[in-house]
Amino acid sequence: MAGRRPLALMRRRLIGVVPVFALVVLGAFALLESAPGDAVDAYLAGIGGGDAAQMAALRAEWGLDQGPLPRFLAYISALARLDLGWSTAFGRPVLDVVLARLPNTLLLMGLATGLALSLGSLLGIICGARPGSLQDRTLSLAAIALYAMPGFWLGLVLIVAFSVERRWLPSGGIETVASGLTGLDRAADIGRHLVLPVLSLGLVYMALYLRLMRDGMAELWAQDFVRAARARGMHGARLVLRHVARNALLPVVTMLGLQSAAMLGGSVVIESVFAIPGLGRLASEAVARRDTPLLLGVMLLSAMVVMLVNLLVDLAYAMLDPRVGSGTGG
Amino acid sequence: MTDLRDGPMRAPLPRRRLLAGAAALPFLPRPALAQAKRGGRLTVAADSEPPNLNPAIIASNGVFFVASKVIEPLAEADYRAKDGLAPRLATAWEGAADGRSLTFTLRQGVTWHDAKPFSSADVAFSALEVWKKHGNLGRAVFRELEAVETPDAHTAIFRFAVPTPAQLIRNALPALTAVVPKHLYEGTDIMRNPANQKLVGTGPFRFAEWRPGEYTRLVRNPTYWDQARPFLNEIVYRVLPDRAAAANALEAEEIQLAAFSAVPLADLDRIAKVPGMKVYSNGYEGLTYQLVVEINHRRKELSDVRVRRAIAHAIDRDFVVRAIFRGFAATSQGPVPKNDRVFHATDVAGYGFNPQRANALLDEAGYPRSEGGIRFRLRLLPAPFFNETRQFGDYLRQALAAVGIDATIVSNDTPAHLRAVYTDRAFDITVASPVYRGDPAISTTILFQSGLPAGVPFANQYGYENPEVDALIKQAAATIDDAERVRLYNAFQKQVTDDVALVNVAEFSFITVARDNVLNVSNNPRWAVSNWADTGFAV
Repeated sequence: MAGRRPLALMRRRLIGVVPVFALVVLGAFALLESAPGDAVDAYLAGIGGGDAAQMAALRAEWGLDQGPLPRFLAYISALARLDLGWSTAFGRPVLDVVLARLPNTLLLMGLATGLALSLGSLLGIICGARPGSLQDRTLSLAAIALYAMPGFWLGLVLIVAFSVERRWLPSGGIETVASGLTGLDRAADIGRHLVLPVLSLGLVYMALYLRLMRDGMAELWAQDFVRAARARGMHGARLVLRHVARNALLPVVTMLGLQSAAMLGGSVVIESVFAIPGLGRLASEAVARRDTPLLLGVMLLSAMVVMLVNLLVDLAYAMLDPRVGSGTGG
Repeated sequence: MTDLRDGPMRAPLPRRRLLAGAAALPFLPRPALAQAKRGGRLTVAADSEPPNLNPAIIASNGVFFVASKVIEPLAEADYRAKDGLAPRLATAWEGAADGRSLTFTLRQGVTWHDAKPFSSADVAFSALEVWKKHGNLGRAVFRELEAVETPDAHTAIFRFAVPTPAQLIRNALPALTAVVPKHLYEGTDIMRNPANQKLVGTGPFRFAEWRPGEYTRLVRNPTYWDQARPFLNEIVYRVLPDRAAAANALEAEEIQLAAFSAVPLADLDRIAKVPGMKVYSNGYEGLTYQLVVEINHRRKELSDVRVRRAIAHAIDRDFVVRAIFRGFAATSQGPVPKNDRVFHATDVAGYGFNPQRANALLDEAGYPRSEGGIRFRLRLLPAPFFNETRQFGDYLRQALAAVGIDATIVSNDTPAHLRAVYTDRAFDITVASPVYRGDPAISTTILFQSGLPAGVPFANQYGYENPEVDALIKQAAATIDDAERVRLYNAFQKQVTDDVALVNVAEFSFITVARDNVLNVSNNPRWAVSNWADTGFAV
């Protein structure tokens, strides 16, 4: 039975994908449709002008001479054939453009989430071990201060401190330009480039996990099972980790799923500040250039990522707490 | 970057530089060509990535910034040479007396990057099939080009259906005559040709790779016709979308040069003090941007020339140059900038800062102040292209309020602004930044010529209509005598300024910041968009 639960969960999730995707496509399409000006206007601004015949030819080529409905239907029917269309802003197939950016965003998000989760939980446990103590108050305050900081500002400060003043780390980019590095050397190079952006994105979200962990633990100290454990003579790290922290982990894991979407949003800014070619920056470029197929491609891929993360969270949840996940109620 | 610069704030050129115009430049001391060493990678800041990099199709600074190193025009702008032109793929040019033909002598011993020989057939093909049919600005300039004869491999004779001023073609050579290889374009869909992204040219650098969102890389062309050039091994354009990024990357020595004012004016004071950094305010004379107020003449109040004159009198141009451009600009009263000593007319009507006169004109026009001191209300759409266009929008609102005109600012992003102004014409006044490209016929007269269909951007969508102006534009376009052409364009400037077809406020340009070991920077009037063959690192 235990092996079947994750499968059932996945099946239910897969069915849920369809309406979510439909909403994403419809929403993004309607959004760009309602914005005045189209891809040809954006293109002409970029090239400094052109004449009416050229513009008409471009609109015909990009299918913009048709109404929103035929264009939407054409997009949907192409999508059904797994064709994401042509990006007018990049002059390349949308799939090529988004797939080239996906690994960078996943890397940035994954590492930042890892940092926020691990450091946040760790500090949360330190705080939650003795709620109200000096260490709890100091750490909580520091975390809130970080949370209150705009990510881009933190990023700029880090750049000035570690790239400009001391040339320890690169100020931007995902890897050294045409370095010719391969294998582990290349991985190390990418790692060096990701230190500052991961810190800027991760430290801000760390506070959330710290608070969740700490507050969860603070409540648990008053629970009967903790008192019982104490009565049995359990104390110290064993009590904190086994009984209190472990039970406080559930809301943290829940937050992980919710946070993945927010972090995609945060990466728009961080990717711009650090000149990382990722999905977030791509989305803002797609809007600025009225590149509807590209925006839809980014949104679909992002939705897929968020849903995948949430699926993983649900699976993890089912493992952490046997009462959830069966779908038949506990 | 785009021609209109929706990127970071741009800091323009100091006034003294703008005033030292093209015609005055032959008298400047000849700058010695500094000794650069061979080799090295020059990394520069870029803020946009045009999907189509073909300069024969798209004459824009964003395209030229990269493409001018790979694909060459027939001639390039020069501070000292005759007609302000240095030879590139053409070594000589001669216009016929009747204006019906223009003969180019082409450079010999030139090969394309794919090793095929360059010949007059490439020039003929580029002119007839690319510039004339697809060039965003070339279509207008080469409209009457009928045929290109190629009596031998190194001669191209352009034949025009109507007399065409050789002066105009000469002025158009740097920007509108990029030659592309016939063997790659013939018989293909030119707009969709893969060579529009993977450029193949005759220039000092070859196209190596484009990583969207990251960088574009060019490498040295070992078989360049000028065997002594180029000095650099590589040029890398790093995409830096954030406003602070270029300054930081320069300081961290990750890039060595930022052109087109990629370093914001606000950071310029600090950057200029960093040891090893050099600030150049010249090298953009061939691409002057103009700060103008566009006026919708269909609006009843604005159809009265007295109201338009009042608006022109309400603006303190000196204040604008001082406060908004921090001195890096020059005031302007007409459609041809001062730095074009050939065409700039000095005897146009000047509209000095005079709010009393503005108030009197508005009273006279029959728009007295009503309750709250307001005469009438306007929609003001500042173009989002530059920080300065937006800031001037704020200033203009205050300046108009002082004379009783209540302007409401409507902010749009770039595509929405283009749609509102040039297609829907849903504006009363705007703040715009048209480019003057070395000859009034290239992209300036179109701001005043009537009868254009809606949807053509950076053109007269203003409802301005003066048959005399239309006649002058038409006549000048077919006048082959240089002096007569100048006289006609002077009359044109006088007329549109009298009419206040639009209000010219200032002329501005850009700043280049570079490491001081980068040599031969800003040594021609279109430096950022020229080939950088002589640019290199200090020994």
